[in-house]
Amino acid sequence: MAVKKTYEEINEKIRRGEAVVVTAEEIIDIVKDEGVAKAARKVDVITTGTFGPMCSTGAFINFGHSDPPIRMAKVWLNDVPAYAGVAAVDAYIGATELSEVLGMAYGGAHVIEDLIAGKKVKLVAKSYGTDCYPRKEIETYINKDVINEAYLFNPRNAYQNYAVAVNSSARILYTYMGTLLPRLGNATYCSASQLSPLINDPFYRTIGIGTRVFLAGTQGYVAWQGTQFNPQQARGENGVPLSPAGTLALIGNLKQMNTDFIRAATFHNYGTTMFVGVGVPIPVLDEDIVEKASISDKDIYTTIVDYSVPQRSKPNFGRVSYAELRSGKIEINGKQVRTAPISSYTRARKIAETLKTWVKEGKFFVQQPVETFKLGQSVKPLEIVTEEEI
Amino acid sequence: MAKKKIVLHFPEESIEKPLTYHLVKDYDLIPNILRAQIDENEGMLVMDLEGAPDQIQKGIAFLKEQNVGIQEAIKDIIVDRERCVDCGSCTGVCRPGALTMGSDWKLAFDQEKCVFCQLCINACPVRAIKVQF
Repeated sequence: MAVKKTYEEINEKIRRGEAVVVTAEEIIDIVKDEGVAKAARKVDVITTGTFGPMCSTGAFINFGHSDPPIRMAKVWLNDVPAYAGVAAVDAYIGATELSEVLGMAYGGAHVIEDLIAGKKVKLVAKSYGTDCYPRKEIETYINKDVINEAYLFNPRNAYQNYAVAVNSSARILYTYMGTLLPRLGNATYCSASQLSPLINDPFYRTIGIGTRVFLAGTQGYVAWQGTQFNPQQARGENGVPLSPAGTLALIGNLKQMNTDFIRAATFHNYGTTMFVGVGVPIPVLDEDIVEKASISDKDIYTTIVDYSVPQRSKPNFGRVSYAELRSGKIEINGKQVRTAPISSYTRARKIAETLKTWVKEGKFFVQQPVETFKLGQSVKPLEIVTEEEI
Repeated sequence: MAKKKIVLHFPEESIEKPLTYHLVKDYDLIPNILRAQIDENEGMLVMDLEGAPDQIQKGIAFLKEQNVGIQEAIKDIIVDRERCVDCGSCTGVCRPGALTMGSDWKLAFDQEKCVFCQLCINACPVRAIKVQF
């Protein structure tokens, strides 16, 4: 009989402390040794994890009202501008916003890390003053305990696969994929591959709006599909996209996060960004789920892209598997090229392991999506046109 | 035979002196230049000196007499393990392979292989790598 389990059945097992939970790495050998059917009967939840730089990250903060109150029109946190074009004391601080004093050495990501770490942050706000909000200026200090609310809302995290970056030009390039040495001097890649959430559920059967996830050390949720969600990307026979495809918009309480699982970063001559730790538990509803999640690096392919071409559509040097990338060397045009990861595989493992413990101990339940993502959509570019052409 | 890695900083007046020639000829040393940066104002060399231990010391003393600044290179690049997240970005720019990912996907640093190009310092996204002068 084919295996069928419901979310309720799995959660009941978790509640009783009887759920069998393994990581997306461990499931590979279980399926190899025991087969899909037996693995599906035995295992209830498969945990995934990823820890990479994700620029599309930021936090909404509600500072609480001062006396007399202010409608903050411009806000700075440790000299980093935050967007305040929402209600009176709401603001959004984005990871890539740079300090007006320190530039690339300190950005929104660093403000977020400092807040999570419990450090004090200088808040400056300016306003034009209104009858209901007469105050025009504020300069004070905050930390995560004194601010009213703070939550991360990341428009695009956990990319389902990503390109390999190389540089065929004669000069060194500084990119969000790290320092790319000239004349194919290195190749950088950025995915947790066989541990990555969306690679283990390639058609988003269990990951959709409302899915409960591990976000930066606490429980968070999938709020929406991530921006640039591109499920129609070319896929291999196993269903895994061969280039960047699905993405997740994630939300979670900043005050409960842990800097072990989220970290500010500066990519030299590019700017600031944020390493974000994300883990998603995949409930074993049937054999198909297990089969897809048992994929290993040798069967996950990605595309080698030449970042020296400053155009939207960059030329590529073909495809390569993560097993090859993780071997430390790949061959491009007959040349041996050294490879380097940009996302941390050890932290991805730690996230998948932490999530496994949480589920085993009955602290974390699987949540059926309230809505699944549509597979038919694609990404639109921005064309530069005149007023008459639109 | 011993081997020692040193960094030489030499002032303008020493640039045109054949210093490595003397290391070979007078002290029987095998200098292996790992990195060199020389312009009209100053010069910097990273080299391995191989030879008898006392000759290495004498060779270094000779260089100092020539007003060459000697930096005992070992311990100069520091990886702050608290800050490091083992992403691996630095390994992409480390041509001599001093910074590599271990089999456990944790960053490994082999100081012996480091040639002090310092590309890793800016390549580290979390600023975990520093030079200690």
